[in-house]
Amino acid sequence: MEFFAISLLNGVSYGLLLFMLSSGLTLIFSMMGVLNFAHASFYMLGAYFSYTLTGWLGFWAALVLAPVGVGIFGALFERYVLRRVHQYGHVAELLITFGMSYIMLELVQLVWGRSSVDYRVPAALDGPLFTLYGTQFPMYRAFMMAVALSMLAALWLLLTRSRVGMVIQAALTHPHMVEALGHNVPRVFMLVFGGGCALAGLAGVIGGNAFVTEPGMAAAVGGIIFVVVVVGGMGSLGGAFLASLLIGVLQTFAVAVDVSIQSALHSVGMSVTTETFGYALLKLKVSQVAPILPYLLLVLMLIFRPKGLLGTRED
Amino acid sequence: MPFLTSFFLRFETRRAGAYMVHPMDLGRWIIWGTYALILLLVPLVFTSSLSQTLLSQMGIAIIVCLSYNMLLGQGGMLSFGHAVYSGMGAFLAMHTLNLVSDGWPLPVSLTPLVGGLCSALVAVVLGWVTTKKAATPFAMITLGVGELVWAMALMFPEFFGGEGGISGNRVAGSKPFGISYGPQIQLYYLIAAYTFVCTALMYAFTRTPLGRMLNAVRDNPERVAFVGYNPQVVRYISFIIAAFFAGISGGLAALNFEIVTSEVVSGYRSGAYLLFTFLGGATFFFGPILGGILMVLAFVLLSEFTKAWLLYLGLIFLFMVMYAPGGVAALLMMNLRLAAFGHLRRLWTCYLGLAGTALVALVGAAAMVEMVYHLQLNVAMGPELRFMGATLNAHGVSSWFGAVYTTVTGVGLFELCRREFVRQWGQANEDIEQEIKRRETA
Repeated sequence: MEFFAISLLNGVSYGLLLFMLSSGLTLIFSMMGVLNFAHASFYMLGAYFSYTLTGWLGFWAALVLAPVGVGIFGALFERYVLRRVHQYGHVAELLITFGMSYIMLELVQLVWGRSSVDYRVPAALDGPLFTLYGTQFPMYRAFMMAVALSMLAALWLLLTRSRVGMVIQAALTHPHMVEALGHNVPRVFMLVFGGGCALAGLAGVIGGNAFVTEPGMAAAVGGIIFVVVVVGGMGSLGGAFLASLLIGVLQTFAVAVDVSIQSALHSVGMSVTTETFGYALLKLKVSQVAPILPYLLLVLMLIFRPKGLLGTRED
Repeated sequence: MPFLTSFFLRFETRRAGAYMVHPMDLGRWIIWGTYALILLLVPLVFTSSLSQTLLSQMGIAIIVCLSYNMLLGQGGMLSFGHAVYSGMGAFLAMHTLNLVSDGWPLPVSLTPLVGGLCSALVAVVLGWVTTKKAATPFAMITLGVGELVWAMALMFPEFFGGEGGISGNRVAGSKPFGISYGPQIQLYYLIAAYTFVCTALMYAFTRTPLGRMLNAVRDNPERVAFVGYNPQVVRYISFIIAAFFAGISGGLAALNFEIVTSEVVSGYRSGAYLLFTFLGGATFFFGPILGGILMVLAFVLLSEFTKAWLLYLGLIFLFMVMYAPGGVAALLMMNLRLAAFGHLRRLWTCYLGLAGTALVALVGAAAMVEMVYHLQLNVAMGPELRFMGATLNAHGVSSWFGAVYTTVTGVGLFELCRREFVRQWGQANEDIEQEIKRRETA
């Protein structure tokens, strides 16, 4: 019970972090049709920005300023680079964000070095929040969940209840009509791209010190957030939310489970030795398989439900 | 240049009119003959052992880039996981090689073929899932499948050899005509033979009905479905064929390096294939050949030359996507078209100006990048660094001022040259259009 409760809480907080990342990606994708390959790089940039800003102004200022900085950087990238290749189609757009991920990785290494930086949880949030069945639950994990949930609420209110949100939603389905009504659609795109990047930056601010801030952090989540977007259904924000939680919980549980097929067979009375057919597969523990579970989920999803959890498009 | 002019006129009419077959096509014989001759004679020109190693790697890279372009250029499928197939080919070829060492009656020269067939089998399984979708979802799925295989590589050390990889010895089995593949030059000729045959086969593929349908699927899958073809099946079959050639290249790499580590299936490797196929030019068949050559030069020579090579590579890629999406091949063909109509002569002063000013700007910018890298990585060795024969002081004002001044001057002059070039380029192309119209009416 103790294991279950703590793992569930950890899984949900990791899943919410994944959602902060994938929500920006989904938003950009559903609006502009651009798959931002550099999205995880913006996450990394957010962590590094807030590391530097924490040194200058403290963590709380960094929590606000770092996402804004990342958002501005993203908007500038959209305005001066991405918009130029829009005429060549989606493949060129994907390629340019792919090239950007290389450049951002090198720039980060150029400015902050090749090893990890000492970006810590602020003292006010360090320590346990409560003790459950003898295991402590860190306060910072709860803070992460709170930030993610309030961001989700703010995003939902912005998109459905505000005037800007209405224009964004309209530009999503009827860009020409919105343009005819006098709105500057390219500028809306720029804002959405910048906003999506800012969300990734915010995830970096709170994820960078919860995990580790290093040049490899973009590659570590890069693959997973694409899985989230496909499993949730391309361009579906609700689907991304469900898929993030699912994958977060799945991975957290799997890492902690120390059981293999071998031991399972052993407990029902069958003996498995090195001679048995498929021993290499049977002896693997669930915790060893944990890194590939999201990708297995992706493959299974594509076979049995190609449009994703809440997706509407078959292609 | 009457020969080239006629070549381009035919090119234009073929594009406009019906698709024709020329069984005795002189131009084609000349091109393929030259290609074979280059592959044959190049090791006689560059005889050092470094160049032999480089040339072998180039052959391998050419095959894999061409196979990648089967997906990207001809099928419009942007794959982030092509290294899965070249890598699986490498592993399976290496296991086959070890079996040959244990006494299997298979010539070593055929192990890459085994690698190719095995990786085609892998594609039969994984490709079915991958090719269910096209365009952007396809790209994400290939990325996921690539990560899946890479993570599995570390989970099954029995097959993938874990951290150390698996190694073998290519001097094994029978030695027909005394060819043991011990010396690098013998292996080079094996690779060259494979490169030529694979290039020819892949070119032939573009001319088959399937190859044509693949182009149609790239351009308009909906219409293909209306005509009665299943776009998914067309993608699937082409994917398997591309994986077959990638596997051959992986098998050759296994023979060349005699060791295969799990790095060969990594996303990093897949990214490199994408990058260089695009830089070479995905819109022309021969583009990836240039891309493969560039890939080896960049990985072996550029990485020796500067620590910041990935930054330069990323920037070059970014500018190529923005300003020359056809890659090096398209730039080459545009100038060849000018040459064919005899207009290249009036542009060469512009080219000279562009190259000169770009060089000035690049030297300045590179000096700054190198100084920052030096400060970040080698600061323990003091602030001084050598850059193109000069000594720069990364803490000194004069070095920084000099670098900034050179860059700004270079960029300013380049912009002036570029404006003049754009004017002349437009003029020349206009003249060519008129010339073509005139010939059509005549």
